[in-house]
Amino acid sequence: MLQFLFKRLLTFVPTFIGVTIISFAFIRLLPGDPILLLAGERGVAPERYAELAAQFGFDQPIWRQYLDYLGGIFQGDLGISFTTKRPVLDEFFTLFPATLELSLCAITLAVIIGIPAGVIAAVNRGKFFDQALMTTALTGYSMPIFWWALLLIIVFSSGLGWTPVSGRMSLMYFFDTPTGFMLIDSLLSGQEGAFRSAVAHLILPTVVLATIPLAVIARQTRSAMLEVLGEDYVRTARAKGLSPLRVNGLHALRNAMIPVVTVIGLSVGTLLAGAILTETIFSWPGIGKWMVDSIFRRDYQVVQGGLLLIATIVMAVNLLVDVLYGMINPKIRK
Amino acid sequence: MALLEIRNLSVDFKTAGGKFRAVDNVDVAVDKGDLMAIVGESGSGKSVSMLAVMGLLPWTATVTADVMRFDGQDLLKMPARKRRQIIGRDISMIFQEPMSSLNPCFTVGFQIKEALKSHLGLDRKQRHARAIELLEQVGIPAPEKRLSAFPHQLSGGMSQRMMIAMALACKPKLLIADEPTTALDVTIQAQILELLTDLQKNTGMALILITHDMGVVAETVDRVAVQYAGRRVEEQNVVDLFDDPHHPYTAALLAALPERAHNRLLPTIKGVVPGQFDKIDGCVFAPRCQFADARCRAVPPKPAGKELGDALCHYPLIKGQPQNKEMSA
Ligand SMILES: Nc1ncnc2c1ncn2[C@@H]1O[C@H](COP(=O)(O)OP(=O)(O)OP(=O)(O)O)[C@@H](O)[C@H]1O
Ligand code: SF4
Ligand SMILES: [Mg+2]
Repeated sequence: MLQFLFKRLLTFVPTFIGVTIISFAFIRLLPGDPILLLAGERGVAPERYAELAAQFGFDQPIWRQYLDYLGGIFQGDLGISFTTKRPVLDEFFTLFPATLELSLCAITLAVIIGIPAGVIAAVNRGKFFDQALMTTALTGYSMPIFWWALLLIIVFSSGLGWTPVSGRMSLMYFFDTPTGFMLIDSLLSGQEGAFRSAVAHLILPTVVLATIPLAVIARQTRSAMLEVLGEDYVRTARAKGLSPLRVNGLHALRNAMIPVVTVIGLSVGTLLAGAILTETIFSWPGIGKWMVDSIFRRDYQVVQGGLLLIATIVMAVNLLVDVLYGMINPKIRK
Repeated sequence: MALLEIRNLSVDFKTAGGKFRAVDNVDVAVDKGDLMAIVGESGSGKSVSMLAVMGLLPWTATVTADVMRFDGQDLLKMPARKRRQIIGRDISMIFQEPMSSLNPCFTVGFQIKEALKSHLGLDRKQRHARAIELLEQVGIPAPEKRLSAFPHQLSGGMSQRMMIAMALACKPKLLIADEPTTALDVTIQAQILELLTDLQKNTGMALILITHDMGVVAETVDRVAVQYAGRRVEEQNVVDLFDDPHHPYTAALLAALPERAHNRLLPTIKGVVPGQFDKIDGCVFAPRCQFADARCRAVPPKPAGKELGDALCHYPLIKGQPQNKEMSA
């Protein structure tokens, strides 16, 4: 197991370097000068411009800038935001809990609905539920997220007034956020109604963000189940006179989970990508919105550092999935 | 009263090419403690007919029967939940591929114990004790240690022993063994067969052995039903069957046995079992039967009566000679 982990970590090295290059190049390829953008319509004096450029290293040749960036990474320093003047890493850790909370809620929703739905569809293959589910999944998968979010906002927020339009918490409440997770902090605050407000704010973004992973998980579960249901050991389980719930939900699903776990792991990448859009639509103060804002401001440090951190998280999750995969598949386990 | 009584069992599959009858009007009668074999070539519907008894056929299958009774209970009219209480407890089945019949994700101990829980309601300690007892019974060394093994850590023979232990868990009254040795090495085959017949004698359960090997039948069982193209063509006790087969197909099967072949070349039966796409009006064996005539090809035969092993033939054989032939000719 340790050897396996070590090998996997080694394969991360080239990927990691690739990500630093891409994240570094990406933002610089966009036209627009960060200093001019920051100055806005007022403009900036040439002396001040040179001063700022020197302070943030924009006057250096491009390869020098890249090496500085790389050197910083190895010292755990991702630089300082050009607009807020705060360390990129600090900003990241302030905002990340919001994204994590939203992503965790979304993936949980996708899993607890997607897996049973896929199982039921497979068991009733070809029947009405199966066809309805597969059509819905395909719709969900191909729906433009932006349009879907707006539709939900129009119906549930503007129309019915059931949920707030944006943000994480109603302005009525104010409390410390030691964990950064609104669901937990609102409970800790002891303020009446705060938790309810946190939930209400979460619902729509969670649904929007969960839509694609949900569709993917349901479809993958269904096809994995269909394959497994034809296996001899499922027949053995039925030959024991076990209930359909135990046969399908334990004997078959346990085997079908092996490919499904991989898909869940992969959808973490999709999830973080989706978070960028979802957070922007719902003004959710997480790293997705942070990235978008920083791109518009050409905040080089934030964009290159943020992308690197996001990529690292995706890689770490993939590693975790591999470990988990080994754990649920006894043939790999040693 | 028969333990298992089936009359006129038919199974139809929905297929892309329309309905396909895999089992056609088969009767089965098994008494307590019986040891019988169902013999037939590949595709003759042996597995399908027994899977129908177990209720394990896929949804594409339609099962019809006049009677399907086990131990006095009507399996046909019984609600699914009630039937599941019989399956795995009073009737067990083991399969051809032991390696793929065990669930790769669970330890064999878990898989053996779960029937003990659902059918007998034994507690943890009782289940563990019973599982060890079962492994000893099927001749697995170091049972305590084996219980925590995963299926991929076992050999084929060991897996089949595990399957047998699992099937015996609730002391069934009937065990159906569907070609239990086909996938195993020759030496292991003999061991598993011996184990099965020993268990049958010691526990008093009835055993239905499905096989396509007449040689196995001779050494193992008391009674033989011969199946061909979904039909039961003959049934006799084993001594009489080997001595005087009444159906031409049985006779041909016996003649194909290596020790019975008279010359150096094995007489094989020419042709193949009719499949899904062959439409046959008269006797299903006619295309391969050396006694076939116009009547055989036009009119399906009826069972010839008890004394002739219910041979499904217009001209049942006695001592190798077709009967009634001149009357129709
Ligand atoms: N699920 C199914 N759908 C359609 N046809 C099937 C299905 N299962 C079995 N059959 C057909 O039913 C016929 C009988 O099959 P069965 O498995 O009972 O044969 P068998 O006598 O057990 O042969 P073998 O010795 O190969 O196990 C075959 O022609 C087979 O193709
Ligand atoms: S009915 Fe005719 S074809 Fe069929 S087995 Fe008898 S003799 Fe052969
Ligand atoms: Mg078979």
